Amino acid sequence: MWDWDYAWEILPILGEASLITLQATVLGFLMALVLGLILAVLRMMGPKPVRYLVAGFIEFVRSTPLLIQIFFLYYVLPQFGIAMGAMLTGVIALGTHYGAYCSEVYRAGLEGVPKGQWEASTALNLPMSVTFRDVILPQAVPPIVPALGNYLVALFKETPLLSAIAVMELMQTAKILGSESFKYVEPITLVGLFFLCFSLVSAFLIRRFERRLNRQIRLS
Amino acid sequence: MKTESTPMVQFDNVCKRYGELVVLDDLNLSIAKNEKVAIIGPSGSGKTTVLRMLMTLESIDDGVIYVDGEPLTHQRQSGRLVPADKRHLRQTRGQVGMVFQHFNLFGHMTAIQNCMQAPISVMGMTKPQARELALDLLSMVGLADKVDQYPAQLSGGQQQRVAIARALAMRPKVMLFDEVTSALDPELCGEVLSVIRKLGEQHDLTMLMVTHQMGFAKEFADRVCFFDQGKIAEEGPAETFFDSPQHPRTKQFLQAVMQAT
Repeated sequence: MWDWDYAWEILPILGEASLITLQATVLGFLMALVLGLILAVLRMMGPKPVRYLVAGFIEFVRSTPLLIQIFFLYYVLPQFGIAMGAMLTGVIALGTHYGAYCSEVYRAGLEGVPKGQWEASTALNLPMSVTFRDVILPQAVPPIVPALGNYLVALFKETPLLSAIAVMELMQTAKILGSESFKYVEPITLVGLFFLCFSLVSAFLIRRFERRLNRQIRLS
Repeated sequence: MKTESTPMVQFDNVCKRYGELVVLDDLNLSIAKNEKVAIIGPSGSGKTTVLRMLMTLESIDDGVIYVDGEPLTHQRQSGRLVPADKRHLRQTRGQVGMVFQHFNLFGHMTAIQNCMQAPISVMGMTKPQARELALDLLSMVGLADKVDQYPAQLSGGQQQRVAIARALAMRPKVMLFDEVTSALDPELCGEVLSVIRKLGEQHDLTMLMVTHQMGFAKEFADRVCFFDQGKIAEEGPAETFFDSPQHPRTKQFLQAVMQAT
C-alpha cells in the first residue's frame, strides 16, 4: 500500500514544487493586500461612480468561483491580445480574488477608526495622505490582522487550483508523478501533509503576531 | 484692507440646515482679536455647530465666515466670492485650532508624538525642532514628565491637556474649545480650566468656547452668547449677562443650570 522508497524518491521533487506553491502564495497575497487596500479606499472615498463601480467589481469577483476566474484569465484574455504565463496568470487570479475579500476586511478596519481621529487630523490641517498613512492606517490595521491572516491560509490552500492551468506547483507535480508511476497514494498524501504542516505553522505565527500587536494596542 | 479693527472671526448671515432641520438660522457674530467668548445654551441649540463650521468640519449652507478678514471657505475672485480651493482652505484653516470634548488624541502615538505630527508634516519642521516645540508646550500644560506616555496611560484631564498642547503647536490665532471638560470627572476639570486660564493670560489668542461651566464662563469670558434654537437669543459682557439676564429663555436656562449644580 505505502511504498517508503518511492516516497523518499519523490520527496525532493515535491520539495522543489513546494517552492512554486509558496511563491504563488506570497506573491498572490501581497497583491491581495495592496489591491484590497486600494479597492477599500476607492469604495469608501472615491467619487460616487467609482464607488459603485468598485462595489460591483468586488461583488462580481466574490460571487464567481476562483477556478473559473483562473480559466478566464488564462484562456479568454489571450483572445483579446492579453497573454500571460501560467504562473503570472495564477498570481493575478489569486491576488484579485483575495484582494476583493481583503478589501471588505480593510473596510471594516477603516470604519472602525473613530470619526474623531479624522476630525482631529482636519483640525491640525494634516494633508489627506498624511492623515491616512500616519493616523488612520496604523489604527485600522492591527485589529484586522487575524482576519487577513485567515485569508492568507485560505489563499494558500487554494493554490492547487493553479494545477488546472499547469503551473508546476505541488498538486500539478503530484498529479504528474502519479500518472507516470501509477502510484497516487504517496504523492497526494505527501502534498496533503505539506499543506497541513504549512497551514498549522502559519496559523501559529499569525497568532503570535496578533498577540504582539494586541500588547501594543493595549499599551496605546 | 486688514486693519487693527478687523474682527478675528466674523460670521456673516451664516445658515446651517440638515434637511428640514435648521441648526443655525442667519447667524451674525463678530469676535475681536484676543477676545474670549463663551457660548452657552441648551443642547441642540447649534452652539457646537458654530465651532465645527469654523474648523471646517461642517459645511456652510449659506453666508460667509471670515477669519482675520479672509473668507474661510470662500475666496475672492475678480471681486466675487467663490468656493475656496484646497490651498486656500488649508491656509485659512491653519489659523484656527480646536480642542474636542473627547480629546481625539491619536491613540497609537505618545503624548509628544501627538504634538509633533502636525508641525513636522504641515509646517515642515525638522524632528528636533518639533520635539523642542512639543516639549515646551507639554511643560506649559504641566506634563513635562508624561511626554512618552500613550493616551491610554493618561487620565482624562491629562489627555485633554495634551490635546491643548497639540492644537497650540500649530500656532493658531483662534482656539476653539468644544465642551472640553464635559467628558471629565469633576475633580479633573480644574487642571484643564487652569491651563485655559493660563493661555488667556500668556498668549495672543482669540478664544471661543462652548461650555456648561457657568462659573468659568463668568470669570474667564469677555462676552457670553446664549444660543437658543439656532439663534443668539442674548449676548453681553459676562458680568451683566449672568447677573441680569434679559431674555426670558436665558433666565429660564440659567435658573435650570443653577439648580443642577
